[in-house]
Amino acid sequence: MMFKGIPVSAGIAIAPIVRLAAQPPVAAAGEKIDANRIAEELQSLERSIALAREQLSGLKEKAMDQLGPEKAAILSAHIAFLDDPSFAGEMKARIENQLCSAPAAVQAVAEQFIALFEGMDNEYMRERADDIRDVSRRLLRNLSSGDSHFAGFPEEPFILAGEDVTPSETLQLPLAYVKGIATAKGGPTSHAAILARSLGIPAVMGGGEAFLAAAETSQMMILDGTTGELWIAPSEEQLSIFREKARQEADDREALDALKDLPAVTLDGHRVHVAANMAVPEEAEALVASGLDGVGLFRSEFLFMDRDSLPDEEEQFDAYKRVVSAFQGKPVIIRTLDAGGDKHLPAMALPKEENPFLGFRAIRISLARPELFRTQLRALLRASAFGRLLIMFPMISHVEQLREAKRLLEEAKEELRMSKAPFDEQLAVGMMMEIPSACLQADAFAKEVQFFSIGTNDLVQYTLAVDRMNESIAHLYSYYHPAVLRLIAHVIDASHRAGIWTGLCGEMAGDPLATELLLGMGLDEFSGAAAVMPKVKARIRSTTIDQARKVARYALSLSSAGDVYRYLHDKTE
Amino acid sequence: MIRFDVHVAAEGGLHARPAALLVNCAGQYQSRVTLVKDQKQADGKSILGIMTLGASQGDRLTIEIEGADEKQAAAALKELFDKRFES
Repeated sequence: MMFKGIPVSAGIAIAPIVRLAAQPPVAAAGEKIDANRIAEELQSLERSIALAREQLSGLKEKAMDQLGPEKAAILSAHIAFLDDPSFAGEMKARIENQLCSAPAAVQAVAEQFIALFEGMDNEYMRERADDIRDVSRRLLRNLSSGDSHFAGFPEEPFILAGEDVTPSETLQLPLAYVKGIATAKGGPTSHAAILARSLGIPAVMGGGEAFLAAAETSQMMILDGTTGELWIAPSEEQLSIFREKARQEADDREALDALKDLPAVTLDGHRVHVAANMAVPEEAEALVASGLDGVGLFRSEFLFMDRDSLPDEEEQFDAYKRVVSAFQGKPVIIRTLDAGGDKHLPAMALPKEENPFLGFRAIRISLARPELFRTQLRALLRASAFGRLLIMFPMISHVEQLREAKRLLEEAKEELRMSKAPFDEQLAVGMMMEIPSACLQADAFAKEVQFFSIGTNDLVQYTLAVDRMNESIAHLYSYYHPAVLRLIAHVIDASHRAGIWTGLCGEMAGDPLATELLLGMGLDEFSGAAAVMPKVKARIRSTTIDQARKVARYALSLSSAGDVYRYLHDKTE
Repeated sequence: MIRFDVHVAAEGGLHARPAALLVNCAGQYQSRVTLVKDQKQADGKSILGIMTLGASQGDRLTIEIEGADEKQAAAALKELFDKRFES
């Protein structure tokens, strides 16, 4: 049976299905684990307790302000339960001695205390059973949004199938065994898709409910992340066709791996940078090993997602520092919080908007909430002492926004100087070029920053007035549209006239078909998903800058996206 | 080991707030602190243990303290009960 979804991360996977439950089971009573999972279960229990403590402290502060100390005291009691050795300690003991899963341990200990409280002859104490219920539910919830959801992963290759996969879930996958990800919902710019690409896991999203209904655990499945095909229980013939395809892909990959330690330089010596986009600090080590020229875009918003409270300065500092130091002096461009739009952050309680992409998002939020922005800037500055960090501001449309952001950055620097905290005094500041107004005014902006980075995903949608999530107008969305190409060329030229450089960190940077064109337009840095960038590097190494300039000149003379695409496509064939 | 009796004067018995104060106090010392009511025992460093002891106003409890700093712990806990958990 074949289903068609949206291909979001290239590659072929052939493996049995592991189906993700839609809702994590709340009643996990009596669930047992293997002895070799004890450490893992203990860890997830501890994580869920730490998270609960954080959530409750936040709630307590709010309650203090809005409801008074009496209500806040209830939350203090909840926190005290978490710290109680006979509560958490007993849960740990059950995991260790009785091989309970973390949720089963929480459940069992909670029930024990609920029974004790309910059996007491004092009304007040009987009511405390509700507090225990409340705390244990919180723990179960925290556990299920973490990895316990995935508790029973096999230790052999599998393809994950589910309705949707959250970024934090993607990160919990055992990378050695997960061969592919197939979901019923989502699309190429969903965060799970971005993560799958950067982790190099073939993925198809938007397979639909029918796919999900047919997908059963342990059935054989083929996933083609290039075409979007999902085959459930394929025939022997299909299997052999795809095995052959997969073998060819592996050969290609090997050829690309050979380029790993070679620079991105054209045949006639024109050197550019090929960097990786990344979202979570955990990716850093793998990216360093891929031999790319640093990070062209670190999306800091991932630190803020899937959680009820905002990360404080220390947590952010640790994350930025980990990435910057891993790259040992290679440039790491960190973009300040790009919240809003399609990125909902529960911890920020942003209002729902009619037009989120034209609304309160990214730098607009940061400037409106300077206390939040300052925390991030301080964390970034402190991390800059550990390597080569560059700061980039998203969604700048007005020059005043950039000046205000820079002013706040200077303030943060001054604070750090006063407290003698080290940071990189030479730290470069740049901005995203993703709004047509900013692109057209690139000459004015070039005087204010040290670099530009073009974000084609948003630039295309703002230039062509095409919502990139709307399937019925998807055919209108193309970065080969001449208007988009002219804006890109204009930005690059303006930057070079001002003596600064321009990178590109949208999907276009990772499209080998666009490589020569961008190179010929003068692009200095290509940044995309680590898994696709070696192909871009190979393209750069196989052409000359003269040839690339010819391609760019001709492409820029064409009048439709289709013409540009056909020209580039036919040229490559 | 030090052992002494206390009288629960706190209104409502050893409910969440006094139990939390007791745990805080006991937690500052290395010594083991055990509360005994009738045949039931509770760890003085466990808020749930203390609460589930079900000590109401007017009850008498025995407190047993054992460890290197038992004298200091005993003094601090006595004061807490004497002051009826009002700070």
